Amino acid sequence: MTRLLLTGNAAAAWGARLAHADYVPAFPITPQTEIIDTLAGWIESGAMPGRLTMMESEHSMLTAACAAAAAGVRVFTATSSQGLLYAMEMVYAAPGLRNPFVLVNVSRGVQTPVTIQSDHTDVLAARDSGFLQLHCASCQEVADSVLLAYRLAERVRLPAIVNLDGFTLSFTREPVELPDAQEAARFLPPLAEAFGTTARPFSAGRSLAAGAAVLDSTAYTYFRYQSHLAAVAALQAWEEVSDTFAEQFGRRYDGVEAYRMDDAEYVFFLTGALAGKARGVVDRLRAAGCPAGLLRPRLLRPWPEAALRQWLRGRRAVMVVDQSLSMGKGGVLHGELASSLYGQPGAPLLLSFIGGLGGREIAAGELHEMATVARRAAEAGEAPPPRLLFTAGELRVVRKQQALAQVAEEEKR
Amino acid sequence: MSETAFVRWRDLPRGRQLVGGAPMCAGCSGLEVLHQVLDVLGEKTVIINSAGCMSLLVSYPYSPLRGSWLYTAMASAAAGAQGMRDALDLRLAQGMPAEDDLQVMVLSGDGAAYGMGLSPASGAIERGLDFIYLVYDNEGYGNTGQQQSDATPHGAHTASCGSYRGWKKDLFAIWVAHRPAYAATLIGSEPLDLARKVDKAARLKGPRLLLALAPCPTGWDFDASATVEVGHLAVKTGIWPLKEYVDGRITHTKVPRERLPVEDYLVRQGRFRHLFEPRRDEARLGEVQAAVDAYWAELPGG
Repeated sequence: MTRLLLTGNAAAAWGARLAHADYVPAFPITPQTEIIDTLAGWIESGAMPGRLTMMESEHSMLTAACAAAAAGVRVFTATSSQGLLYAMEMVYAAPGLRNPFVLVNVSRGVQTPVTIQSDHTDVLAARDSGFLQLHCASCQEVADSVLLAYRLAERVRLPAIVNLDGFTLSFTREPVELPDAQEAARFLPPLAEAFGTTARPFSAGRSLAAGAAVLDSTAYTYFRYQSHLAAVAALQAWEEVSDTFAEQFGRRYDGVEAYRMDDAEYVFFLTGALAGKARGVVDRLRAAGCPAGLLRPRLLRPWPEAALRQWLRGRRAVMVVDQSLSMGKGGVLHGELASSLYGQPGAPLLLSFIGGLGGREIAAGELHEMATVARRAAEAGEAPPPRLLFTAGELRVVRKQQALAQVAEEEKR
Repeated sequence: MSETAFVRWRDLPRGRQLVGGAPMCAGCSGLEVLHQVLDVLGEKTVIINSAGCMSLLVSYPYSPLRGSWLYTAMASAAAGAQGMRDALDLRLAQGMPAEDDLQVMVLSGDGAAYGMGLSPASGAIERGLDFIYLVYDNEGYGNTGQQQSDATPHGAHTASCGSYRGWKKDLFAIWVAHRPAYAATLIGSEPLDLARKVDKAARLKGPRLLLALAPCPTGWDFDASATVEVGHLAVKTGIWPLKEYVDGRITHTKVPRERLPVEDYLVRQGRFRHLFEPRRDEARLGEVQAAVDAYWAELPGG
């Protein structure tokens, strides 16, 4: 075991190295680039065996990942934002091929307007693709999640996305405990063992067709259900995978992180690195006499529905904090959670807060305010309309920019 | 010693790599070409396919291939070939016996090869990827009913244009500009020329283009029995020059001694009927003939 001070990006690269990834098709994009630069350096120097191929686009990068995974090598790749969107055709194509690999997404807002700062709209656009999704809240969790994701993905034969927040995690150094290579290999045996060393797919003398068309809805439906059921089965598999990890490394990763939930009445519900700040707010609310708690799904796909129902039964209100925006609908997490709780006995009131877009910081004061709003709503027995976080100060900044851009008064609305 | 195993017709392989039952149109030259190419390459071939007519070649649960197949997407078959080649190389390094290795071959229509697949192919050539890129060029988006593609020739009627005003993109020249290991134009009606080129390509390493004009009864509107004849006319009129690029030099492998007028080729196809009926479009016919004449005039000794 080694203890290092690592950025989230370096932690992701270490995850790939410890997982003994054979093949890295790559393409640079901010804020992910440090991951492939790190891997390229290791592969170049011989510190890490394997091959990195710089592709000419993310669409090609994902295609190469699919093909190499189909040919039975362990594949790692990474992207962000526009890159994930550019690759989206292959993001949706990959799971149906039923070959596991890991894609790290460093979350970043999507255009328009263009931004390089973080939010979760990119990764949530892949929500329905069939990729498993693990969302991280710390650099330690990033390194561990890459290992966990491989074991889970190879177990149910689906690819997996490990998501970390751009900037807040990607470029923040935190102490990270790295397992020794041998320990990591004990947790994650070589992929070749799963296929058998001589019988890997795509070899001479073995006629094989992958990704073929179907001519009728019966076969189509069958295969789509199969991928869905494999993703659902990943929930049970996660229990075993995370138990094994906890036994071996002493760090437990439940599908849902529950912080001070025992007697919590007001629950923050969010994903990613914002959890760090929210835990602090929970502590302060508790010190001030407000029974607050925090739930953070690590698994976004498969969606840990049963655990969420269990955790939230009998609570007074949930403050759902979305760092994404589904235009014309609202926060994605809010919709996901509402669908899981509808009609459930003892379901709490759901409040929707949307913020954190394009790296916009959600202040601790705003989290405190959410708790106040939630208490009022619980007393009234009615949730207020979704709130888009934006302060008067921010509006003044925009007005100043509009003045510089010479925006006419009537266009400002 | 000859550099090819294929000197006479009887030397041509009859391996039947592609077995019956492929759901292609009657008279499909793309299938004719694939037959001939695979018979030379043999079963140790993995086809990386991009969206096009041939994507229906393998429809679950059937495959007419003795070798293997991976469907990718319309744009990125060359990237799929990259992932496959890289994975096979890694496995060889990890101890896979050399005899288990596969020849990686993209199978692409002209829509992908001349259009959205160009950037991935360009990247793969630039990286020196060891692969064959086989294009069946039927000069339009055939699978969707023959809309105009970047390979559609001047004057052709397609489902999306009355008489194409643009000029067919020169994919061979684009590849040659990348200095690949090999590039050749082919046609199914010249099996000996085709087999020699495929054989040569198979012996080389690196990026290798096999670009086949694929007369298409459905899209070009001629009788399915005339595929070979239309192919012969494409060569004899000089509109489809058979050539190869290797070691930095382009060589024409079959130079028509006396070129037939290009309208002999055009008149056989319904897609050019408007150039002849209700009255001859002398201007257009002249433009096409002039372009062919100019091509051959530019050649040394032309």
